[in-house]
This record gives sequence, C-alpha cells and structure tokens, in this order.
Amino acid sequence: MSLQLDADGRLRHFLTTEGLPRALLTHILDTAESFSGVIGKSVKKVPLLRGRTVINLFFESSTRTRTTFELAAKRLSADVLNVNVATTTIKGESLVDMLHNLEAMQADMFVVRHAESGAAEYIARHVQPGVAVLNAGDGWHAHPTQAMLDVFTIRRHKGAFEPLTVSIVGDIRHSRVARSQIHALNALGTGEVRVVAPRTLLPRDVEGLGVRVHHDLDSGLRDADVVIGLRLQRERMQGALLPSESEYYRRYGLSEARLAVAHPEAIVMHPGPINRGVEIDSDLADGPRSVILEQVTNGIAVRMAVMSLVLGVAPESTPEAT
Amino acid sequence: MSRILIRGGRLLDPASGHDAVGDLAIAGGRIVGLGAPPDGFAADRVIGAEGCWVLPGLIDLAARLREPGATHKADIASEARAAAAAGITTLVLPPDTEPVLDTPSVAELVHRRAAAAGGARVVPLAALTLGLAGEQLAPMAALADAGCPAVADGGRPVADTLVLRRALEYAATYELPALLTPWDPWLAAGGGLHEGPVAMRLGLPGVSVAAETAGLGRQLAVATALGLRVHFGRLSTAAGAAMLRNAHRDGAPVTGDVAIHQLFLTENDAVGYDSRFHVQPPLRSVGDRDALRRAVADGTLGIICSDHQPHERDAKDGPFTGTEPGLSGIDTLLALVLRLVEEEAIGLLPALAAVTAHPAALLGLDTGRLATGAPADVCIVDPQSPWWCRAESLGSRGRHNGFLGWEFSARNTHTLVNGELVHGDAESG
Repeated sequence: MSLQLDADGRLRHFLTTEGLPRALLTHILDTAESFSGVIGKSVKKVPLLRGRTVINLFFESSTRTRTTFELAAKRLSADVLNVNVATTTIKGESLVDMLHNLEAMQADMFVVRHAESGAAEYIARHVQPGVAVLNAGDGWHAHPTQAMLDVFTIRRHKGAFEPLTVSIVGDIRHSRVARSQIHALNALGTGEVRVVAPRTLLPRDVEGLGVRVHHDLDSGLRDADVVIGLRLQRERMQGALLPSESEYYRRYGLSEARLAVAHPEAIVMHPGPINRGVEIDSDLADGPRSVILEQVTNGIAVRMAVMSLVLGVAPESTPEAT
Repeated sequence: MSRILIRGGRLLDPASGHDAVGDLAIAGGRIVGLGAPPDGFAADRVIGAEGCWVLPGLIDLAARLREPGATHKADIASEARAAAAAGITTLVLPPDTEPVLDTPSVAELVHRRAAAAGGARVVPLAALTLGLAGEQLAPMAALADAGCPAVADGGRPVADTLVLRRALEYAATYELPALLTPWDPWLAAGGGLHEGPVAMRLGLPGVSVAAETAGLGRQLAVATALGLRVHFGRLSTAAGAAMLRNAHRDGAPVTGDVAIHQLFLTENDAVGYDSRFHVQPPLRSVGDRDALRRAVADGTLGIICSDHQPHERDAKDGPFTGTEPGLSGIDTLLALVLRLVEEEAIGLLPALAAVTAHPAALLGLDTGRLATGAPADVCIVDPQSPWWCRAESLGSRGRHNGFLGWEFSARNTHTLVNGELVHGDAESG
C-alpha cells in the first residue's frame, strides 16, 4: 500500500503488513533485534525520539496494547500522551477535528486503535505531512505490530521461515491479528500457513490470502512447527457462530494432548489475553512449549523498531542498509 | 404557457422507436408536433438543436431527496433543480422519508415543494405499511388519490411474509404496482461490501449474495403464487438477475431495476476504504457487474435508476462502515447511461427506454415518450460535449458522487418540464 511507504520505499506510517516487501519486514525484525539488546540493559532508554511527541489515540480500550506502545515510546525517550476516547462511534468531522487539535500540540506520531476497519488508514490520510500513524488494531483489518512481534518471536526460535509450517487456530474471521500474521508470514517466505477453524469463524475466500484451510484440529496441527491460538470473544456464542465454549474447546482447544501430532519442537503462541480452558489449556499456556510471555517482551522491541523507522531515526534506517 | 420549437435535433423516442432528425413543437405544456410543427405553429421561443439529441426527459425511479426529514443533507428544491440540469424530468421519491410517506398530507407536502422548486417533477411513492414498520397496511387508496402512483417498501422489506402477502393483495385491488427491495436484513447485517476477497482483505463484514437472493426468493414466491404485479428494485447480483429472468420465463408479471453505479463499479473500487463506495446493496464482484449489464441488455432489468442518496459531508466522512451508505447519483445518470451505449453494453434506444419509457410504464405515467399529445418533458443532449465530473460542478447537494474524476462525452444542454424550459437558454421566436 503506497500510503505507508514513501517514494524510496521507506515506512511513513505502519498500517498493515499487506504488500510490504520481504526486505522491509526483515529490516524491521533486524532493527527490533538491535533494540532487544537495549531492553536487556539496566538503563533501558535510548535517546532516538527525544523531543518527539507520541500520542496513543485509543478509541477502543486496551490497556495491554496501549502500555506496550507507551513503554516502547518512552524507551525511545519520546514524550507520550494517552488519549482514550470513550465512544467508538466518533467519526467524520469530529474525528478530523480531534486530530487537528492534537496535531496542534506538535504531535509527531499517532498510535491508533479503533473498532472500525480502515480507521488507521483514514487517519493517515488526514494527518499533516511528517506526522506518522501506527495502526494498533483497526476492526477486523490489521494489527501489524502484533504480527511483527509474532514473526520476530518465530524467527528467534526457528531461524528461517522457509521450512516452517505455521497453524493459526481459531476465530480467523474477526481477527485483525490473523490477517496481519498471514500477510507477514507469506511475505517472509513461510513454507506453509494454515488456518484451522469451523466455517463460521472463517471469512469467505480466505484461501485468497495464501493459506490452507483445515476444519479439523488434528489435520491442521499435523507436523506444525508453530501453533498460534487466537482469542475467542464470548459474543460469538450470541451471534450463532458457535454453540458453546465447551464445544469449541473440545474441537479446537489447544492442549498438550492435541499438540501430540505437531512437530515435537513446535512452539505455541497467542496474542493474548488468553481464555484458559477455551482456546488453550493452562498446562500448555504455562508449559515449556509456550512462548506467550516472550511475545509480550518482544512487543516492546518491535514497537520501538517501527516507531524509530517511521520517524526516520532508526540506526541504519534504510531497507538497503540490511 | 410557452410555445417552443426545438429545431433540427435527432428526435429519439424509445417508446415508439422513432429516430429521425426533425423539429419538435410544444404548446400548452404538450408536444404538438413530432418531426415538423403543425400548420400555423408560431413559436415564442426557438431552441436550435442541430447536432444534438432530443430525448424524453429521464424518469429516475429511485431518488432520495431527504425532504421531509433530513434537509441538512438535501431538499426537494435543491435536488429537483439539479435533476433538471442533468436531464431528469421526473424524480421518483421512495416513501422512507421522515415522517414516512404513509399519509396523504406528506404526499401533498412533497407535491407543493416540488411545484415551488420549478425543476424536475417529483413523484412520491406510498408506503406499503404504516411507518414502513411491516405491521399495518398504509392507506394506499388515499395515498393513490394524493398522487402516489405505486406503493413501496422504501428499502425496508416487510419481515412478516403474511403481512407482505396481504399488502400486495390490497395494493393489487387498486391496481397499484408494488416496488419491493430484495434484501434479507439479517443476512446483510453490519455489512457494507460484497462478501468476497476484497471485504475479506479489508476486514470488512461482507454481504453475501444470499442477502439478496433469500429476500428476492421469499418475495418472488408470494408474488408469483398470487400472480401479482411486483417490481424488484436495485438488484446487485448475477444470481438475483437470473432468478428474475427465470420468473419472466415462467410468465410472472414481475420487473426489476438496477442502480446505474452497479453497472460500472465493483468491490474493487472500495480498496482504500473510500466511503463513496459504501452503498446498499453493496458493490459486488466484476462477474456480478457483467451479469447485470447482460440483464439490462436482455431486458430482465428493464429499468436503470440513480438510487440517488445525497448525504452531508459528515455522514460520508470516516472509515467506510461507520459512514452512511449511499452515493449521490442524479448528476451522472444520463452520462452513464450513454456511456453504457458507448461501451456497447446496450443499444441507444433500449438504454434510453430504461430511463424513460419503462419507468413510465411501470408507474402508469404519461411522460417518458416523445409523442404528439404527451406532456412535453424533454431534454436535449449534445453528444459531443466532453466534461469532467468534479465535486464542485455537481448540482446535487450530495458531493459524494461515485464518478468524480471521470470524463464523459455527452452533456445535457436543455430541459423542459411540462413544456417549460427549466434548464438552458432559448432564442426568442
């Protein structure tokens, strides 16, 4: 998508992983790798965004995601402002008015979460030149930093993507995380990406994203190197998408026993927060295969990388540099 | 009333098939000479139409005017004048106004405002049920007396199929055609784009083809079982068009229409979340668009309308599904119909029939034709007058036209409604 890249192929905004070249994704991962060293030190700050202002603009509440963006910005020495907008129905002129007011406070970057698909792109079209927008989740569309921290975690454990089979299990239909993961995994050359879900939780034409569809967990997990569980919202029962949480758990719940068909070294991931006993069994979530907490830690480094790249201050911040 | 001579134009009447260069004489609000003026005709005003096409004024079967109820978006005066400038002489107003068109007083208000506006005629449709709530029948006979030539569900399909049946039977008592919307609101809930690869990638809730065919199947079953005359509005899918074609083949007295934008735009136009392309029914696949064009060409969908839905800027400003559905279309209806002809999707006279004679026949109107004795609702089109569609050049208060930036080759130069010039200039006779 040209909106998020400048004429030289550098990131101006980070709205989606769709359409981004492999070299750029790899560059984000490499930059994140360099920042993960910072996080391990006793003084966890670098001065790259000193004097810059980052505004977390959250139309949909998410303490967890907002906190990781806030921490990433602060570790880059930025000033951070959190704006939680109570209503998700704010739109149109009032949204643009709000943006312009916030821009008047000399904001350099908006981190946006919104319940509507396309909201981050809408905001990116309306900000002043030089102001960057990071998508922290828009509707069912995209959650690109989550996807990048997921592939970052995969790379740390598995190295190359080409030999891997990655199975994504759960509510693909409503998942911005899954869409962004699939785009990133395919762009990075992942051997096979599978989605595993009942038909009600799969969007029509999902094969068009370059995935294999499984409705059966055993076949979906067979020989998988990476298993990603997705969060299941409770309202899916009311929407007649599923009969019950217990039936879902019996058919699609991840557990040590169900993972017996996967590769013995398979890792288990989840974007969180997890519903224990619904998407994933506690023993698995807390067991040795689980890298769920590592994902959270890696999220800081990845978000630092993306923030520094969009503002053009990352060390060796051109894709060609890699 | 003026005596006007339109001189030397190509007179095109899709109702009769007349296609010849000649003069059109108008007096007393009616056409008094087709081809040549009657003996002794002395015009007060003359319009030179050499090199131009003289057509029956367009009848737009579905145009929301936002009055009464939402005059912050548009009003009868603004849209009736914009329509006249665009070659439309009759705007058919669906009954989902606020208040709903379910009492004669609302119909009378619409007539009064339209008469005062001095642009296109406005023909209100009566609500099928009170408040369009799908429970009690609207006073259809009284509404017919108040100038509503048909009844309609106004885009809110009657949920209770027994109420639907009774409403259709009651309308048939007074020979009122019923205009229905083939739409299953449950299947369509929350969606703004065709359920297909684009909606999937954009993370938008998709509207399945079944949202149309399930609604159409239910309504078609009632209408055909009882042999009732029903018109289905705004079909958007290949499957829906095929169902209507089959019903025709079985001899059912049913008709259908399509919004002009569905013959050009597809789901692919929504990439980038441009809210102009958030419409209901949604933009569909390329295959659906092509099938709809074929259905227009073979007469399955005999009527083309603008499905004009003007909105204020705020209503269309936002990230797609959060915006209000509908685009503004009266300014480009004629140009797009002629574009279909240029693209050889349909012949010139059949294309014009879809926006003149056919809607007139459906509603029993005396207009929509160039014939001696008919009301003089006429437009003159210069087929070689290129123009760019730009927001600032639109007549409608709705600026979210789906064809901004397109170039068109033909332009309406003059419009007459009831024999009076409402757009363009004439020379004194």
